[in-house]
Amino acid sequence: MSNLLEVHSVSKKFGEFTALNNVSITVPKGSIFGLLGPNGAGKTTLIRVINQITMPDQGHVLLDTEPLQSHHIRDIGYLPEERGLYKSMKVGEQALYLAQLKGMQKGVAKKRLKMWFERLEIGDWWNKKIQELSKGMAQKIQFVVTVLHEPKLLIFDEPFSGFDPINANLIKDEILRLRDEGATVIFSTHRMESVEELCDHIALIHKSNKVLDGNLMDIKRQYKTNTYEIGIDSLNNINLEKELTSKFQVSPAEFKTLGNELKINIKLSKKETANDLLSYLTTKGQVSHFVELIPTANDIFIQTVKNN
Amino acid sequence: MNHLQLIIQREYLTKVKNKTFLIMTILSPVIMIVLFSVVAYLSQLNNNKQRTISILDESGLVASIFKDAENTKYEVLQNITLENAKTIVKEKENYGLLYIKKIEDISNSSNHIQFYSKKSPSLTLISSLESKIEKQLYNMKLVEEGVDLDKIEAAKINIDIAQENFTGEKTSKLDSFMKLGFGGVAGYLLFMFIIIYGNMIMRSVIEEKTSRIIEVIISSVKPIQLMLGKIIGTSLAGITQFAIWIILGSVLLTIVSMVFGIDMASAQTPQQELVKQAMENPGINGEIQQAMASFYNLPLANLIIAFILFFIGGYLLYSSLYAAIGAAVDNETDTQQFMLPIIMPLILAVYVGMFTVIEDPHGTVSTLFSFIPFTSPVVMLMRIPFGVPLWQQIVSLLLLVGTFMFTVWFAAKIYRVGILMYGKKPTYKELIKWIRY
Repeated sequence: MSNLLEVHSVSKKFGEFTALNNVSITVPKGSIFGLLGPNGAGKTTLIRVINQITMPDQGHVLLDTEPLQSHHIRDIGYLPEERGLYKSMKVGEQALYLAQLKGMQKGVAKKRLKMWFERLEIGDWWNKKIQELSKGMAQKIQFVVTVLHEPKLLIFDEPFSGFDPINANLIKDEILRLRDEGATVIFSTHRMESVEELCDHIALIHKSNKVLDGNLMDIKRQYKTNTYEIGIDSLNNINLEKELTSKFQVSPAEFKTLGNELKINIKLSKKETANDLLSYLTTKGQVSHFVELIPTANDIFIQTVKNN
Repeated sequence: MNHLQLIIQREYLTKVKNKTFLIMTILSPVIMIVLFSVVAYLSQLNNNKQRTISILDESGLVASIFKDAENTKYEVLQNITLENAKTIVKEKENYGLLYIKKIEDISNSSNHIQFYSKKSPSLTLISSLESKIEKQLYNMKLVEEGVDLDKIEAAKINIDIAQENFTGEKTSKLDSFMKLGFGGVAGYLLFMFIIIYGNMIMRSVIEEKTSRIIEVIISSVKPIQLMLGKIIGTSLAGITQFAIWIILGSVLLTIVSMVFGIDMASAQTPQQELVKQAMENPGINGEIQQAMASFYNLPLANLIIAFILFFIGGYLLYSSLYAAIGAAVDNETDTQQFMLPIIMPLILAVYVGMFTVIEDPHGTVSTLFSFIPFTSPVVMLMRIPFGVPLWQQIVSLLLLVGTFMFTVWFAAKIYRVGILMYGKKPTYKELIKWIRY
């Protein structure tokens, strides 16, 4: 699979402040790429560099193997975190204006807008003014405007903020559908559950540096600790706990069950396998719960940020 | 359609379709005309009032000089006492009574004349009476001293110095007034235009920041395109508004004066009144033709071309600064600290134009300020009617264009950084830093 976007050693300083320090990322074609990082890490600056809003001091960006040029603006759809619309303009004419700025013909833009408005069930908003709409409604329009010109690369900065769960789901499905139709998506967010749900690749930026990147599953494999969450019921759970504590590296576990079984996390050494553990446990009591603990994106995020 | 055109179109249409803009465009000339008509109507009302002034002339020297005029009638009382005269005037509700005691010696007649009235009389009436009596007594004194009045009349000479510069261009006092008028109107128009529409540009930049649409827009277009589009679009809206004001104003004025038969000329200021009187004076008759002639004497082609060029240059220079201010701040209240450096040179220019150029259009100060780009549009426009060498105009214009390009570049830098900065009010130091980003 080739890469749609390659960012090569991009640095950017604002006066004394370094916003990006030698950051490189590669975004494979057709992927949903999560750009993660705490507030002020430099995500927005990186996105602005990709959008040619900010010029990097060093490094370069390749879109579809070409160095970024002004005509690439048409190949990118960008939904910024700080987003809004002209308050006193009508929905339809505003969307048309923004579409034309992206280089679309008026007629084509109008046709596609009508289609999108139907799909998102906002067809009767065409002649409303933005100030009459709620925040969530305005967000829907912004989403449509971002994807309307069918760009190769879509960049969403916190796309779900301001949406209720139903509309957030609607937008999520649209993003997945756009990916299936061939678009590549960069997705910047703090909401780890949506990263878990959507992203196949991630990069983590912390204090202007890239600290982690790659395929999400690979990263998880790399971060897993060979720990299993276990629920087991025996005649004497207290004795069993003592025995397990002496034999393995354990920690308390927390999950919901129906009975009074012993809940415990067991970390295995590299030599031991899950099968060994399970067959040992079956001799001790009734095993009701046996799950490998896979690190969540959230765990990885917190761990990486803390370690740096 | 390219980006710049699209932006200009949007800016223009949203401005023109804006309700406040529409209301202001239509209402302003209406309000102006209504005010104007009220003033005209009232002063006409005042003028139309007939007043009768009774005269009791015990000296018998002056009564004959008072001739009934349009609004003033004179009634000469004879052979009654002052007390009776007063009663008669009161009963008849006449405006007042002019009483002249018996005069023995004309040179010593000042305290022999009195005016009685119910209310204190108007200043103009008193001075007109005074001048009439003075003239009569002066003539009488001359006759008394044995001077022939006809000879004095014949000896009167009217001088109008013909002015001509070394290249043979003729001018006159009236020409100078014409020139001042032209330059003043052009300079003031530019000043007003910059203030009104510069502010409009600034507000529209701030609006894009506060509504947070700016990042969406500049991911599609270059900031400088957006800025220029805004400036041009708003200016076009401004020109439209100005044009409507002028057309609507003159149409309304015509209608109002036709329907109500109000003579707009009667709403003139005292100075204009003086000019009118001077015009009516038989000695200076034909000045209207002369005024027309001096109008055509003005370097019209030069004026119009220079007006357009300096107007555009000056306006763009200032409006790019307004756009930069708008980009640097988050809301209108924060603009104050940056407004002063913009307003100061503008006001300075108008002052220099009003005082120095009138005094000496080609003096050092006027010439200097007509080269400094921040004052040159206003000052040069005021100077040009007096004839400015072409090289000066060209140099000044080149300086203006150069500075304009610099400020647009400077403003674009601030704009580019500023539009994405939220939250804090920047200082001048930070603005300088932004330029290096």
